[in-house]
Amino acid sequence: MKRTREKVPVIDSDIHNNLPSGDALAPYLSDRWRKHHETIGGRGHSGGSYPRAMPNAARHDSWPPSGLPPGADLPFMQEQLLDAWDIEYGILNPLMGAGGQLNLEYGAALARALNDWQIEEWVKPEPRLRASVVVPYEDGELAAQEIDRRGGDSGFVQVLLIARTAEPLGRRKYWKMYEAAVRNDLPIGIHFGGSGGYPISGAGWPSYYIEDHGGMPQAFQAQVISLVCEGVFEHFPTLKFALIEGGFAWLPPLMWRLDQSWKKLREEVPDLKRLPSEYIREHFWLSSQPVEEPPKREYFDLLLEQLNAREKLMFATDYPHWDFDAPDRALPTNLAPDVRRRIMADNARELYRL
Amino acid sequence: MAKHVVATVDEIPPGERKIVELEGRSLGVFNIDGEFYALRNSCPHQGGPLCKGRLTGFLESDAPGEYRYTRKGEVLRCVWHGWEFDIKTGQSWWNPERMRVKSYKVDVEDGATVTSGLEKGPYTAETYRVTIEQQYVVVEIA
Repeated sequence: MKRTREKVPVIDSDIHNNLPSGDALAPYLSDRWRKHHETIGGRGHSGGSYPRAMPNAARHDSWPPSGLPPGADLPFMQEQLLDAWDIEYGILNPLMGAGGQLNLEYGAALARALNDWQIEEWVKPEPRLRASVVVPYEDGELAAQEIDRRGGDSGFVQVLLIARTAEPLGRRKYWKMYEAAVRNDLPIGIHFGGSGGYPISGAGWPSYYIEDHGGMPQAFQAQVISLVCEGVFEHFPTLKFALIEGGFAWLPPLMWRLDQSWKKLREEVPDLKRLPSEYIREHFWLSSQPVEEPPKREYFDLLLEQLNAREKLMFATDYPHWDFDAPDRALPTNLAPDVRRRIMADNARELYRL
Repeated sequence: MAKHVVATVDEIPPGERKIVELEGRSLGVFNIDGEFYALRNSCPHQGGPLCKGRLTGFLESDAPGEYRYTRKGEVLRCVWHGWEFDIKTGQSWWNPERMRVKSYKVDVEDGATVTSGLEKGPYTAETYRVTIEQQYVVVEIA
């Protein structure tokens, strides 16, 4: 079997770096919050994390020889990911739960520590990496403060939220955060996961992780609908969102349905001046992993066209997680060269200004 | 067709494996209860290093609440996405007709016969000489 691979640049829009140990953030916390961190620790809503068959949700071969957890060893990440696939840039999305803390001030302290740690221990030693501003997103003002504190640093390329929030993201409690993102000219990434205090599906609590993994688009759909219908893009016409690890095949039919609803119901949302799909096409980018695998190749081609994937889809590996996508194997081999190039690198390059 | 000596029998005890390079490809050679099997170390899904995966069994169910765990140690799960392959045939669990990993013929041969008619493997002639009473695992690349 001969496979010809044209060499294209690769930008990985979803990498998960991890803390080497529980006390790794200690140097980045103030005395007050270090004491809290050591003696009390975190408390978020529970129930959102279903047990995975894979420890740490990681590829079995991603446990570094150093004994550190997957994603915590920079030289091993360089070897296994950045060098192995010749990745030009990688976007770090650390998932340490700062945004979901019920103690909002502690969440803000954790976010500050995580952001400083990302720059000091990842972006400075490895110029291919870029960081995401972790924020305590359930408090718009605290989140805005953190965006203003770090958003001017060129090491950060987006603000990072988790998909299951306490309220739909169009709600006004989040708008201070959007003002700050616009002020700092940063897109907002929304990543798979989270516990907002509600059942993780629209119909209650499911039994299995496969239902969580396969059903995650529900949370993303709720966020897209809310952001559009609450008029966020009329108020923040330059605000951009990246939907990360939420799938992408579901977006075209959602646009069709919303447009159809809007034609009948637009009196209810007079702030919306255009078809919902027009806001969506203008303001949302999507990451590719895990690439959905339709049974027929022609379905995939249609999907890319319906999605405007040439402009909006961004390749991601999700390293070191178990559902990792390989840069040379995740997308069909006979994709048009310019489309491949845009999905593999240029769409992310433009959104994140790399 | 070329035969390659890849290990002594003692080197791969039951339940263990050895990853070898033969003719430019990476293979995993497995010992399942004394029988040897070899598979290409590349998952047909996305090219992950399949043969570094865990050896498990099949969990099957005919009805809710009824479970059977069978063929323990004979099912290889890819290190990346957990796709399951029957180590004896290379067939995938979810699509055995169409999705399979290349498997290779493996024999165990005595030291006395193993030195004739083989491609040079990782064992040198000197090794054969000093351990000629050993049994060797031989993989055939078709």
